[in-house]
Amino acid sequence: MRKNFLKTFLIPILSLIFLAPVNSLLAAGNLLIKNAIVMPVTAPPIYGADVLIINGIIKQIGPNLTPPPGTRVINASGKYLIPGIIDTHTHLGLSGTNEGTDAITPEVDMADVINPDDPAIFTALTGGVTMVHTMHGSANVIGGRNVVLKLKWGQPSEKMVVKEAWPTLKFALGENVKQSNRTLLPGRPQRYPATRMGANAIIRRELLRAREYMAAWERYEKLKNSKNPPRGLLPPKKDLRLETLADLLRGKLYARCHAYVATEMVEFLRLAREFGFKIAAFEHAWEAYKITDELLEAGVGISVFIDSWAYKMEAAEGIAYNAAYCTQRGILVSINSDSSERVRRLFNEAGKAVKYGLTPDEALKMITINAAKQLGVDHLVGSIEVGKQADLALFENHPMSAYTRCEMTIIEGDVYFDRQQILKEREEAAARKGGY
Amino acid sequence: MFMRKLFSLNKFRILVLWTAAVLCAGFSWLFAGSLQSENGKIMASGEEKPGVLAIINVKIVPVVGPEINSGTIIVEKDRIKAVGSNLELPAGAKVIDGQGLTAYPGMIDGFSSLGLVEISGVAATVDNRETGRINPQVKAIEALKYDSMHIPIARSNGIVAAVVASSGGLISGQSTLVKLDGWTNREMVIKESLAMVVELPGIRGARRGFMGTGAGEAAVTTERALAELRELFNRSRMYEKRRLAAARNLLLPPPDFDETSHYLLPVVKGELPVIFSVHADKDIVQVIKFVQEEKVKAIFYQVEQGFKVAEEISRAGIPCIIGSLYDLPPVWEDGYDSLYINPGILNKAGVKIAFSSSSASAAKDLPYHAAKAVAFGLDRNEALKAVTIYPAEIFGVDKILGSLEPGKLANIVLADGDLLELGTRIHRVFIEGREVDLSNRYTELLDKFRKREQKR
Repeated sequence: MRKNFLKTFLIPILSLIFLAPVNSLLAAGNLLIKNAIVMPVTAPPIYGADVLIINGIIKQIGPNLTPPPGTRVINASGKYLIPGIIDTHTHLGLSGTNEGTDAITPEVDMADVINPDDPAIFTALTGGVTMVHTMHGSANVIGGRNVVLKLKWGQPSEKMVVKEAWPTLKFALGENVKQSNRTLLPGRPQRYPATRMGANAIIRRELLRAREYMAAWERYEKLKNSKNPPRGLLPPKKDLRLETLADLLRGKLYARCHAYVATEMVEFLRLAREFGFKIAAFEHAWEAYKITDELLEAGVGISVFIDSWAYKMEAAEGIAYNAAYCTQRGILVSINSDSSERVRRLFNEAGKAVKYGLTPDEALKMITINAAKQLGVDHLVGSIEVGKQADLALFENHPMSAYTRCEMTIIEGDVYFDRQQILKEREEAAARKGGY
Repeated sequence: MFMRKLFSLNKFRILVLWTAAVLCAGFSWLFAGSLQSENGKIMASGEEKPGVLAIINVKIVPVVGPEINSGTIIVEKDRIKAVGSNLELPAGAKVIDGQGLTAYPGMIDGFSSLGLVEISGVAATVDNRETGRINPQVKAIEALKYDSMHIPIARSNGIVAAVVASSGGLISGQSTLVKLDGWTNREMVIKESLAMVVELPGIRGARRGFMGTGAGEAAVTTERALAELRELFNRSRMYEKRRLAAARNLLLPPPDFDETSHYLLPVVKGELPVIFSVHADKDIVQVIKFVQEEKVKAIFYQVEQGFKVAEEISRAGIPCIIGSLYDLPPVWEDGYDSLYINPGILNKAGVKIAFSSSSASAAKDLPYHAAKAVAFGLDRNEALKAVTIYPAEIFGVDKILGSLEPGKLANIVLADGDLLELGTRIHRVFIEGREVDLSNRYTELLDKFRKREQKR
């Protein structure tokens, strides 16, 4: 008994006491980044500034800052410090993507299937990505709820979820949902919808059902709360599918809609007006450049590729000018990866927009502050400002240059990727093994 | 590093046209009567001599030889006549002012599916993968869609020539080398039959989920694939022997026509090179032994784990076409940056490398693969060579392509910055002395829908 007590209580307590000074030497969430070219994104670059981070929050930006004792100091001379890159459309860190057996599955939630061990999380970190909107797939018209994660590699999933982000629901239109690029197995019937007409009709049908569902509950609540509730009053049947859609209609959820061609976007904007729900952004939106007026009028942004195109019919008019032109027209644009590979070179993808008309500063915004705005977290991240969370990435050259390389990725003041550390460990391992 | 671009390409064009109009109306002579302006281009006085072109005031990066800060390139018909800093302009030359621009040789894509794949998800537009495993008889040139929408896009990014190759199976077919200009597929030919393409198995134990788009787990071993190739090569040699014997001796019956043997003959004779897609380090070593024994002219392609056997590849003198860097390392243990460090390590070991887009719709990205390798250790000048002179040397066309040197084909790109940089815009492209149209699907659709905005 006594021995057990020693083991379970005393040793941990003692070690806490003894290790405490060591901990405070490198206190988590405290960091001083020295002499970087700081690109706040929301303000002009500052050449040779220090950034002080205390408890994961940016405390001070300026020359020659003195850190409190025990703060890790990173020499960033000549390197570019940018806000952590935010990818507004990925499927990484999930153990499932598509509940594609039915055209309508809003009851599923990606927050239920987070896989914190997905190596793609590390892959993304190597490209300076600190936050992702990881989404249900596009196999069906109404997919499921999405989740925003901070890529705290090695931490449990609860610590990754960004609760402050807008809750979003995935919609999808076009070729994927009508399954036009899929060989039908013999004996398996074509799933409804098989046309763009059907896709719109099914959304309208479900939203009308959700409206009735809401009305039924309202009626019930009214009667229940009346002076003389009728005897034997029964509540309507709880329907998780319609409950989610009701939340969309109540404005508690935002739609994120996978759409390619102009027509389907125009029609989805009409649906949103008809039912009064909010669209956080169109995904892919390859033909957005054709309907800039409509998007501006609706105030809806787009989350797009820079130039990955022509992989299917509806992507055959996806021009590399899309992101730049829509930005110039005043639309809020973010560049997404939709890939566990492309995610690590999202900065290169944004950099391409310079060729198509944006300034490097505008291009960088598309993967930082614009992305944060589209996820509803721009008050927390997306730029380097005092008071914001210290999600940062350090680059060897200008982040919009083809010759650049991510050196370090920091989330809330903790270093999650350090290239020099990896190189050092690699050398040590090679020495142990005697070369490759 | 970045020039702040105040004008979009289109506005720039409009500006140029307006300037030209004003110049035409107001002044008939420019530069003390020696140069006349017409249609926005500065012309030499007197009658224009067809096919004589002088690009003046231009920074020149010839790739072979030193850079010239401000010089002249003289083109006669399809060839470069002279490159230098104080050249006399030939009488009647059409003069192009390259002020603010840099002249580079046009880039060469070491492996692409340009003209074979239009929209990858629409089978009717895909012509790069024949059914079956042994297809030495299929020729990429015979299916090449000369008016593919991807060709003008690649061209407008400074790519003037590309290897077009089929894929799939063990022997995928005969690749071709084409210039990115021509009114028919045949007009585009530089080398009709460039190399036989052989696809060897991928890396065993490669993680499919982690790989994304990569080669994936091998279905057969490289040993077995090479044994099969050896058998096919021997069959082809025997076939030739019997055919020749029958030709000499009328009493001997000639062999029945054997298509595979027939088309493998140039390979076993060492006349037609083979592009082997190779992947794992151990397999690469095996393939080196195989090509030496079989006396085959080999070019390696993809070579993901080449960095582990760079010395061996270098000793064998086999050049390498680097596959797309838009991929993940095939095995986690190689390190997250293994594909990125690979070209630099191969180059340092003395291996001749060339970059490739390995794509049609992303062929324009060729320079960015090279720049990525620079970010992870490859020398900048070597990267530039690996999209110009090295591929020309690898494909045996360095007498006509790959650098700005007198006597070579006038494939010239005028860029407003570093050729490999993301933000750089290509202003003019000349292929074999003729200026090519830089409009493409992107610009056409943008122009079309911009009109809508202007109307409102």
